[in-house]
Amino acid sequence: MTPFRMPSLGADMESGKLTRWKIKPGDRVKRGDIVAEVETEKADIDVEIFTSGIVHELLVQPDQKVPVGTVLATILEEGETAPPPQGSARQRVSPFAKKLAIERGIDLSTIRGTGPDGAVTREDVERAVAPEAAVTPAPVPVASTAPIAGIRHAIASAMARSNREIPHYYLETRIDMHRALEWLKDQNLKRPVQERLLPAVLLIRAVVLALKDVPELNGYWKNDRLEMKSAVNVGFAIALRQGGLITPAILNTEQYDLTQLMAALIDLIARAREGHLRSSEIAEGTITITSLGDLGVETVYGVIYPPQVALVGFGRIQESAWVAEGALAVRPVLTATLAGDHRATDGRRGAQFLSALSGYLREPEKL
Amino acid sequence: MNQDELRNRLFEILHRIAPEADLNRITPDESIREVLDIDSFDFLQVVLGIHKAFGVEIPESDYRSIATLRGMMEYLGNR
Repeated sequence: MTPFRMPSLGADMESGKLTRWKIKPGDRVKRGDIVAEVETEKADIDVEIFTSGIVHELLVQPDQKVPVGTVLATILEEGETAPPPQGSARQRVSPFAKKLAIERGIDLSTIRGTGPDGAVTREDVERAVAPEAAVTPAPVPVASTAPIAGIRHAIASAMARSNREIPHYYLETRIDMHRALEWLKDQNLKRPVQERLLPAVLLIRAVVLALKDVPELNGYWKNDRLEMKSAVNVGFAIALRQGGLITPAILNTEQYDLTQLMAALIDLIARAREGHLRSSEIAEGTITITSLGDLGVETVYGVIYPPQVALVGFGRIQESAWVAEGALAVRPVLTATLAGDHRATDGRRGAQFLSALSGYLREPEKL
Repeated sequence: MNQDELRNRLFEILHRIAPEADLNRITPDESIREVLDIDSFDFLQVVLGIHKAFGVEIPESDYRSIATLRGMMEYLGNR
């Protein structure tokens, strides 16, 4: 029997509230199915399951808030049969102890009861320490005494952790976007309105290609070592209309051409704003892009989202004086920055990444 | 379609993008993108919405003409 647990949807998530089950005992589920809705501090998330089989039991009821790692349901895998009822051998647990164990994410089978007939009591549960509950929440820097909304709190936790743990280095380069924008204009003239491309898609595609040249920037820093990832899951910072920022990822971005990438991005933005992101999109980003050009920002110095090891920032494309082939010209120029984790890479590799990125944007037909 | 009907259909499109906004407070010459805090993705959705509602395909070179409510109404009124 496989447990289905409250997933961690980011480094900053400590608990989540189950708001709705989309399955019931006896339902057949397969890997990737959306089985529940969970409310986190940042957003409402559609949670996927990563096991195939039959739903055996739902252990947490809607509207219960439980720590990350809590078993929400059990799944019988192919060929497995449900364990027989344990009758008198069944563990005896007081109702309050059971509720407390769920709230704290404690597996009751690991507790030895000290109550009548070995029943697990409230005191037994309180003595047990759940691994997730043992983690001291990160101190959150607060600039005012006003109450912090959930999403602000989540961002504050993640960014405080990032600045505390990650030794950032920053590099920036200016890119002549003349050819890229001309190429885009030509492309969009040929495309129906529903398939038009935005410059952001060229930027994402260029990042993906540059990561093939410098793959060390695509991955996680975990247990004092760099875990490089083969899939490029580009997290894209999206501003929510109610305030705050969320960075869901387009999974396996390396498999998409520009048209598919544009469709995926529009879909992701729409679902982010409607509160229908999938758990994998929240939890599995391998690098983040922040583009603030729409707001007139020239240069972005980003804060890496742990455990990722890099963030690419893009400012606005603005007409600037530019020397090309020995002559002064006016060109649309973009400033791209890289925030890198110095534990994982050094400035030389970071510079090679920005150089590759710039090269792809200067030769847009390669995108 | 008269001016009121045109305005109402535009408001339907804008409401889908910025549901929290009080559209009646937009003045004719304000930048729609600025007043509704619309980014380039949202603006493309507005263009798509106009295409679906009116059957008008607006080329990128005309985006400046539809930057305000007055601009949008004149642009669509001429088609």
